[in-house]
Amino acid sequence: MIVKRPVLKWWERLYLPVVEDGLLTTFRHLFKKKVTVQYPEERWVPPEGFRGAPVLLTGLDGREKCTSCKLCMFICPPQAIRIVAGETEHPIEKYPQEFYIDYGLCIFCGYCQEVCPCEAIWLKHEFELADFDRTNLIFGKDKLLQMGRQEPYLKGKEKPLKKG
Amino acid sequence: MKDKEVKNLGLRTEKMTINMGPQHPATHGVLRLVLTLDGEVVVGAVPYVGYLHRGIEKIAENKTLHQVIPYTDRMDYLSPMSNNIGLCLAVEKLIGFETTEKCRVMRVVACELARISSHLLWLATDALDIGAGTVYFYAFTEREKYYDLFEEMTGVRFTVSYGRIGGLARDWKKDFEKKVYDVVLNTPKCLDEIERLLTRNRIFVERNRDVGVISREDAIALSLSGPNLRASGVEWDIRKAYPYLGYERYKFEIPVGEHGDCYDRYLIRMEEMRQSIEIIKQALKEYDPKAPLWPEDNDSQKVFYPPKEKVLTSMEELIHQFMVATKGPKTPKYKEIYFCIEAPKGELGFYIVGSGTNVAHRLHFRSPSFVNLQSLPIMLQGDMVADVVATVASLDPVLGEVDR
Repeated sequence: MIVKRPVLKWWERLYLPVVEDGLLTTFRHLFKKKVTVQYPEERWVPPEGFRGAPVLLTGLDGREKCTSCKLCMFICPPQAIRIVAGETEHPIEKYPQEFYIDYGLCIFCGYCQEVCPCEAIWLKHEFELADFDRTNLIFGKDKLLQMGRQEPYLKGKEKPLKKG
Repeated sequence: MKDKEVKNLGLRTEKMTINMGPQHPATHGVLRLVLTLDGEVVVGAVPYVGYLHRGIEKIAENKTLHQVIPYTDRMDYLSPMSNNIGLCLAVEKLIGFETTEKCRVMRVVACELARISSHLLWLATDALDIGAGTVYFYAFTEREKYYDLFEEMTGVRFTVSYGRIGGLARDWKKDFEKKVYDVVLNTPKCLDEIERLLTRNRIFVERNRDVGVISREDAIALSLSGPNLRASGVEWDIRKAYPYLGYERYKFEIPVGEHGDCYDRYLIRMEEMRQSIEIIKQALKEYDPKAPLWPEDNDSQKVFYPPKEKVLTSMEELIHQFMVATKGPKTPKYKEIYFCIEAPKGELGFYIVGSGTNVAHRLHFRSPSFVNLQSLPIMLQGDMVADVVATVASLDPVLGEVDR
């Protein structure tokens, strides 16, 4: 299919009708619904399944669900996760002594959540993580668990709100 | 090769070399152009690339193929969807994997949505570079609807990481296909409005017509691809020439230009968006929400993760999950393949050499923007210095893809 280019008529060459047309279009847009979100005042709620900050979840017994199998550490493309495993008396036998996620490196791809065999790591709807210092972006186990407790993480419990 | 004559008015002139970029706002990133000017006329232009080089190809030699998928998001960051799916298709060709029918339909829709959103951004920035600032806002408003779709489909707006080797990261939500249909149905209205503002606008036409001309022969010789090649009058589209993902079943046409100037590139991209909408409509009719996304035979189970519910309850699936995550799809040793898709910018090729493990021995990307850029010296020669911005914008380079 050959795309034909239009030949301009003499009144189109005058330029003035085009200006008029453009102004009319702009005028029509004045009365349309506004699409911008006034961000800091107006909050935007991400839809269900949004990939935000990865956090650690707590089981019903109050312990962390993670068994430090290090599968997330292996799969993480930018290597933002670091786990130091430790042994425990609990029948689960292994637990993460230390668990760090560097949000400065994290690309929020969701691979860790995808591979985790005990649903211990979860991508929260949190997206405002900026800080003035890079070292503050390395979150330890306590902070990650605390963030996880705030999250109503169970599937289907969240109701996404509309934008704007 | 074309050699435009520079008019000699009998005046003694001196050539001047100036730098355009890498921080120039109209170069769409960090492109550096060294222009040799004779008065206002460009007599030579040399593009310098490499300011955004991250070494993705080298990194890919040390990552599993599964881990490379997020890196492809950051190549052509305006259409990450088609990059992901292109890499997955290439790996599937290497390991000989057959995806399900539903997966193919979903991939077609995702690729075409990426094409429309990429072209809408091109339209916005092209018009902005020429001076039509209003179009920028209208096109971005429309593009935002596509990004909302991506967000609901994948979880994020920009770097989607949606493709997986053998399938896709997640299934669509209930009634998602209706949302896609609604958005796609309303896009022609926006395109009509923008065409009313631009196509017959004298300023826009005169800034674009006969600017940055490249002939059919030169375009083929410099291996241009995508809309830039088609503007020069070559009817070449990989979706038609080497159909993948079942593109041969959909009815669509390849828009072709006659002159190979910036105005033709504009007209072709506008028409391409309309053709993409037609493809999406046809694909959505074939979409069956109840069909399985992943193949269910036993041989293909070694490629992808088992369902999460089974991983949490069954021992066998748990072992399987570990095996897939660490060993992944095994690539044949030293088998090499080349696979290309029609990305929004042109021919996006993947050259993979297998290594016997799930890490590629060598992974090379043939990125369309990089190859398209080498036609700039020919396009710019003999044009005015003010036309450089229009020509660069009409080529639609994405510097993340140029430098990789």
